[in-house]
Formats: sequence, structure tokens, C-alpha cells
Amino acid sequence: MTQFVMNRSKLWSRKSKEDKIFDLINLLFLTTLSLVVIYPLYFIIIASISNPDSVYNGDVWFWPKGVTFEGYERIFQDNRIWTGYKNTVLYTVVGTLVNVTLTLMAAYALSRKDLVGRNFFMILFVFTMFFSGGLIPTYLVVKNLGMVDTMWALIIPKAVAVWNLIVARTFFQSTIPDELLESAKMDGCSNTKFFLKIVLPLSKPIIAVMVLFYAVTHWNSFFDALIYLNNEDKYPLQLILRSILIQNEASASMVGDVESFAAQQRIADLIKYGVIIVAAIPLLILYPFIQKYFVKGALIGSIKG
Amino acid sequence: METKLRALPRRNVRSVPKVNSSWKKVLHNYELYLFLLPTLIYFIVFHYVPMYGVLIAFQDYMPTLGVSGSPWVGFEHFERFFNSFQFWTLLENTLELSVLQLLFGFPLPVIIALLLNQLRNQRYKKFVQTVIYAPHFISVVVLVGMVYVFFSPNGLINNFLMIFGAEPVHFMSQAGWFKPLYISSGLWQETGWAAIIYLAALAGVSPEVHEAAIMDGANKWQRILHVDIPAILPTAMILLVLSVGNLMNIGFEKAYLMQTPLNVSAGEIIPTYVYKVGLQGAQYSFAAAVGLFNAVINFILLWAVNRAAKKLSGSGLW
Repeated sequence: MTQFVMNRSKLWSRKSKEDKIFDLINLLFLTTLSLVVIYPLYFIIIASISNPDSVYNGDVWFWPKGVTFEGYERIFQDNRIWTGYKNTVLYTVVGTLVNVTLTLMAAYALSRKDLVGRNFFMILFVFTMFFSGGLIPTYLVVKNLGMVDTMWALIIPKAVAVWNLIVARTFFQSTIPDELLESAKMDGCSNTKFFLKIVLPLSKPIIAVMVLFYAVTHWNSFFDALIYLNNEDKYPLQLILRSILIQNEASASMVGDVESFAAQQRIADLIKYGVIIVAAIPLLILYPFIQKYFVKGALIGSIKG
Repeated sequence: METKLRALPRRNVRSVPKVNSSWKKVLHNYELYLFLLPTLIYFIVFHYVPMYGVLIAFQDYMPTLGVSGSPWVGFEHFERFFNSFQFWTLLENTLELSVLQLLFGFPLPVIIALLLNQLRNQRYKKFVQTVIYAPHFISVVVLVGMVYVFFSPNGLINNFLMIFGAEPVHFMSQAGWFKPLYISSGLWQETGWAAIIYLAALAGVSPEVHEAAIMDGANKWQRILHVDIPAILPTAMILLVLSVGNLMNIGFEKAYLMQTPLNVSAGEIIPTYVYKVGLQGAQYSFAAAVGLFNAVINFILLWAVNRAAKKLSGSGLW
């Protein structure tokens, strides 16, 4: 046996000259690729704490110059950003709660082979991935339900994502054995009790995947807020970011005290780098730890394709 | 003849208890239907009611009269759209952006997965994966914000170009730059994440196949061509069908955010036009017609590509 294993590893490590060249080029290529992906993110971090004039003149490349926290100070004084943050946290928590509850319940029901009509329901749901009434008819429904300018407009119309429903259903089908249900039924266990007491405790990984998928979607979404909200007090963080980053409207309170227009522009740029970091902080901190759940979720979904 | 006669009554006898038992099953599992109910209501209200609501594309919709009471106008809105001066520009922009995206966005993840799969050092492989997946989680607003700051006249890119003595380029105010920036920022964000599926397919290749190939003197390049690529072909086929089927559903949000008054001629696509005309201009019926036109083309594309894929490779969506 050991000899066999040794032969195997010898086989794998036998390298022709061509393979060595291949490996070298491959390593160089993938390293360059990683740098191309990570450098813009790294640059934002160093630019957000550098002297805005150095950034403007192109003196900042690899490390911060003339370290200053002025950008962050101005950001932390701005009420709009904090209101946006608070709103986004609220929408994300409530929205994710609704999403995950509905998705898990429906996905479990659809995973049961003894559910009469389950193919009909699946077709009904999956069809909406390929054809929809479109923006205007959907907007009119939300409007007629009186949800415009309330947080429910951001939550209820996005209550269940078909893709996540498929992912959760696939998970239940492949991890909850039929025998478990049979024996629970023998003991007189109801479906609700079985779902709450046996299925859910066995499904922690998929719950984590669902929470993360939905939470990131809520955190990043801006379009629903753009069309359904009118009141600025209800704006989520992404809409505030849009006005600062894209519409270039760093509010008067943020740069109003700076005298020249040129200096105002430079500080506005500094603020832009800062808000990107502030908005991404929760995800940046969590990302290395939760990455594996995202990958898992993406893979469960692809089995069914 | 005799057997047929005998079979008839028997089938009848059997079908009666079958109906009964399926009703029994429904009653017995009533809790499962309660689990399903909220989701069912959601899909009906927010997906199927709007599908019915799309009828306003054939009406002069008045909010006070509703879908059932508004006057019918037939294909008037469609005709107006086809004859409008923007029609060809919109169609061209939409198709050009989505075809370009497919052309680059489809093969690149395959190539990266094939190369990552050849890395022997597992820790370095893990590191590269962690790095290239990260941009997937950045929001559209932040991504477009990054494009604006990096490509501004005094941004990172222009500062870099100026090292070589180039004049600063006003990227965001030139129509010609809209599409390259749209495509390349999309590649930067999604290529790594899109490689995950192919990596999983490659992990499923039995090492023995590779060993046999090595024994036969195949080098890495030959093994990629003759072992790895055939292994991921079915996955690639399904993903290709899906992305062609979504060709017209090009990301509204990014295009809308990247538009400036000076580059909008290249950046206006059907979905952004629907938003502007429909919600900002309150021409509900006309915008619904434009949206329906988009959705129908999309659906036909999906259906056609799925058929072709099934004929060619035997694997399709349905």
C-alpha cells in the first residue's frame, strides 16, 4: 500500500521541461491576476488616509502619504450617513428575517416527495426566473398596495428569491433522510414539530448560507429604495453613497467650511475613499470567515443548475 | 380484444382509491401547504399579478380606472416605440453591451478555473481564490463609485498614464469609453466568482484519468485540452444557455449609475429607458410596452438557445 502511494506521488511530481515552463507562466499569471483584483481595494484604503493633495498629484501609489484622518472625521460628523447606516441595518435585519423564514418553510415543503402537486408549484416559481411582467406593472402593484415610501416596499416585493429556494430545497432533499421522517411519524410527530425540532437543527449550514445571501443582497441594494422611497429620512446607506460617490454631492456640512473650490473638490475625493471603506467595513471584516459559506451555497445551487 | 375488455374495468377500480389517497395525502400534510402558503401568495401577488398587469401595454392606462377599466389601444405603444428615433440606438446599445459581456465574461472564468486547478500549492490556490472572489460582494453603487474616482481626470488611471506623458482622458464624459468601462469593471467584479462552478466540476475529475494521461506522456497543457476541458463542457453548456437566455436582461443598475449627460448616447439601454420614461415620466403604458418587448425577445432567445444546446450536446435546461 505504501509503495503504491509512493508511486503515485512520484508519478505526480514527475515533470517534463514543458510542465516546468507551464507552471512558471501559470504562477506569474495568477499572481498578476490577484494583484489586479486587490490593488484597487488596497489603493482605496491608503487613499482614504492620505493627504488629499498627494493623492490628487499622483504621489500615492503603494503606501499612504501625509497620513490624515480628516476624511473620516468629516464622515463621522455627517448625519445623513448615520441615518443611512441605521436604516440599512434595520432593512437588512427585518428583510433577512422575512426572507429566511419564508424560504426555509417553502423549501422544506417542496422537498417532501409526498407533497401532492410539488412539481406544479416548482414550475410556477421557476417560471418567474425567465419571464416577468417587468418594472412598471410590478411598481403599480406595490403602489396599489400602499407600500410606497414605507420600508415594506423594500422587503415584501423581494420576499423570496427563486434561486435561494432551489438551493434550500436541494439541501433538504439531500440531507434529510426519508427514514427519519418515517420513524418520527411512527412516534406520532406532526409535520410542524418535525420541521422545527428535527429538520432545522440539522440544517444549520443552509440557514447560514441563506442568512448571508439575503443579508448581502439587502445591504447592497439601492434600486428598490430609488423607486419606492421619497423621504430622505428613510434612505438606506447605498442611496446616500450614490449621492456622495456618483452625483458628487458631498453635503455642505461636509466640505462647506473649506474655502477654495479646488480644495473642496480634493476633500470631497478624500471623503469618497472614506465612505467606500465605511460602507464596506462590516463585509470586509466578516468576509474571510464567511467566504466558505458563500462558496458552499453557490455549489449547492449549481448541482441542480 | 379480450384483454382490452378486461383491462378497462380493472383500471377504473384502481383509479377510485388513488384519487382518494391523494386527497388523504393533501389533508394529512395540510401543515406543509400552510408552510407553502405565504410563498405562494408572494409569487402570485408580486410575479403573476404583474404578468397580468402587463396588459396595460395594450391600453391607455389610467390609474383611476385600473387594468380592467382602461381603454384598449392595441399595438399603438409598440408602433410608437418601433418608429421612435431612439429605437435602433437602444436596441444596438443593449445588444452590443450584452454580446460583449458574453464574449469576455463567458470564457474568462473557464480559463481561470483551468489554470487555478493546475496549481499544486493548495495554500496559494486558496489565497488566490479568496482574493478573486472578494469583489463579487461589493455593491453596484460602490463599484460604479470606484469607476468614477479611478477614472476621473485626476484619478488613479490618469495619474498612471501621465507617468508616460499622456494627456489626461475624460473617461466618464466620452461616449466611446462607456462600453469598455462597463465590461472591464464587470469582469473585475465577477470573473473570480464565476470560476467557482468550473472549479467544482474540475474537482470531480478522477485523479486516475490524469494518472493514465501522465503515463502516456501527456504534459499539463495536453491534459488540460484532453481531460479537463471535456470534463467541464456540460457545465459550460448549461451556463452558456443561461447567459444567452438572459442576454437582454443586462444589469440595469450599473448602466444607470454609469450614465452621465455626456456618455448617455452609448449608455442608454432598454431597461434604463423604461425606468426613465415609465417612472420618471409617468408614461406607464408606453414603458410597459417597451419592457414587454424586451422580455419577449429574451424569452425567445432562451427557448431557441436551449433547443440548440439540447440538439448539440444533449444537455439543456428543460
